[in-house]
Amino acid sequence: MLDFKSILKMAVVSLKINKMRSMLTSLGIIIGVSAVIIMLAVGSGASKKIASDMESMGSNLLIIRSASAKSGGVRMGMGTKPTLTMKDAQAIEDKARGILALAPYSAESKQITYGNQNWSTSVAGTTMSYFMIRNYEMDSGRGFIQEDTKNGTKVAILGQTVASELFGDVDPIGKTIRIGNIPFRVIGLLKSKGSSGMGQDQDDIIFIPITTAQRKVFGTDFPGTVAMINVKAQNDEVLSIAQEDITSILKARHHIGAKQDNDFEIRNLAEMQETIKSATKTMSLLLGAIAGVSLIVGGIGIMNIMLVSVTERTKEIGIRMAIGAKASDIRIQFLIESFLLSISGGIAGVLVGIAGAHLMHTFAGMNIAITFSSIILSLGFSACIGIGFGYYPAYKASLLNPIDALRYE
Amino acid sequence: MDLIEVRHAIKTYSTGEESFNALDDVSLTVKKGEFVAIMGTSGSGKSTFMNMLGALDKPNSGEYYLDGQDMLNLDSDSLAEVRCEKMGFVFQGFNLISRTSALDNVCLPMIYKGIPEAERIERGKKALEIVGLKNREDHMPNQMSGGQQQRVAIARALVNDAPLILADEPTGNLDTKTSIEVMEFFVALNEKLGKTIVLVTHEPDIAEYTQRIVKFKDGKIVLDQPKEEWLKHRNRET
Repeated sequence: MLDFKSILKMAVVSLKINKMRSMLTSLGIIIGVSAVIIMLAVGSGASKKIASDMESMGSNLLIIRSASAKSGGVRMGMGTKPTLTMKDAQAIEDKARGILALAPYSAESKQITYGNQNWSTSVAGTTMSYFMIRNYEMDSGRGFIQEDTKNGTKVAILGQTVASELFGDVDPIGKTIRIGNIPFRVIGLLKSKGSSGMGQDQDDIIFIPITTAQRKVFGTDFPGTVAMINVKAQNDEVLSIAQEDITSILKARHHIGAKQDNDFEIRNLAEMQETIKSATKTMSLLLGAIAGVSLIVGGIGIMNIMLVSVTERTKEIGIRMAIGAKASDIRIQFLIESFLLSISGGIAGVLVGIAGAHLMHTFAGMNIAITFSSIILSLGFSACIGIGFGYYPAYKASLLNPIDALRYE
Repeated sequence: MDLIEVRHAIKTYSTGEESFNALDDVSLTVKKGEFVAIMGTSGSGKSTFMNMLGALDKPNSGEYYLDGQDMLNLDSDSLAEVRCEKMGFVFQGFNLISRTSALDNVCLPMIYKGIPEAERIERGKKALEIVGLKNREDHMPNQMSGGQQQRVAIARALVNDAPLILADEPTGNLDTKTSIEVMEFFVALNEKLGKTIVLVTHEPDIAEYTQRIVKFKDGKIVLDQPKEEWLKHRNRET
């Protein structure tokens, strides 16, 4: 049996003799592998981004909103007819199964002032549960306590963007801001959450107790109504049960008959997640398939060149056989050559792919995630291609009759 | 002791309906340490016979023992091993591997024998020293003259320390002066290293360097004489 180092050396020497040809042959694999790396990087970058967006929105989430109002057959926008009330929220919390937490929510855009600074932002009235449901975390200060919601105290919790716009570097806790003309004491500051999946700044917001909002800040025509109710289910298995219970509770409370349209709408974020995930997956698979095809084309290129090489080197093969090379020795030598072609193309392709993915990130702003498994996968695939497509030429070389091969010119 | 023993070898080639015997009942024995010239015109069967001796080809019938080993019942891997260990080839066209240094060419048979690299290099250098190419280890075949290339080929044939050297018209591509050098070299190998050499040539001048002349014609051995006897006959003829 040959020692591996010697065959490797012989193969390298043979490939070096036709440097240009070897490089061009590897190019097919380089392109294929770099395409695979880039596709997988962009694909997993996108799904990572989606996952983190979903994470920041909160998981196992149901959002109940008032449905659109109808006036003489003309349907208005979502939430135009506020049908949900605090009592609905209470009823859901009491009766629906599978609910972990619930938070009513109403928001309006208001002008906020502090000293000589002012800022227009979204003022949201809700309860403490909202922070848990939507994964907001406190940075400093305290959250709402029961008295705040019960009594409608004038306290506010700021998002990072609002805090920096109004206070700059000053610690906002304990300071008094004005929402419209009403003074509020800042009791807490939230940790930054960044932008949402839709590109909305989730830190540009002020939270106040829902009762305070209803009684003092929002001038509403329908007292006691809320724009939305956020519900967090205990886990994804009971999500649909919770959804069914909420539907029947609200139908009963709103006196909606079997054939009437609901005056509310329940959005299931898990379903949205699934849709987006499967779309991303389909996209990745498609791109992966294209990259795979280019790898196979690269493999055919290797096979082609190896066949040419076997023909060109017929005499060399004859000499080797005459001085004692077995058929298997010849086969291994040519297999190693095609393996080297494909694996070096694979390694170069990984490097090109990583560089390409970073370029996509820098210039196209795409989210990328280069996974170790994608590198192993594409290297493994190119190695298999080298061996797979190299086998036939190597086998052909090993079948040569030494007498004929020696006579070949 | 006999190194080569061929009995009743018949090799038939058929071209369409016609067939002819390239070897027609050939029997020959060569003792260890002999230096034999095989002569004959082209088509006489001498090349077919050499291919058979070199385990590159098998006769249709007959027997061939090399060093006591039955060569016609070996599979191709075992034949490759025999070629590697028992014989060294020297060809008319040198048959060095191009763009590969003299030393690497010489070391090639040892790779297939599975000798470790350090020992390969040591033995390869020694073999090149024997053929007087000590300072040309790194030269490529195209940087050397025909005589030098043939000496590299001889070094390659020597390097596995095989008892038998098969030379197929080794001087065919060389000028007279270089031919003489190479032939003197073969004589030295035969006399000093005790190598058994079977050499194909059609030139009587080259055959004179050997000890025994075997002449082929139409697939048969028509003459098998010690050199001295052959020379006497030849002198009488001319």
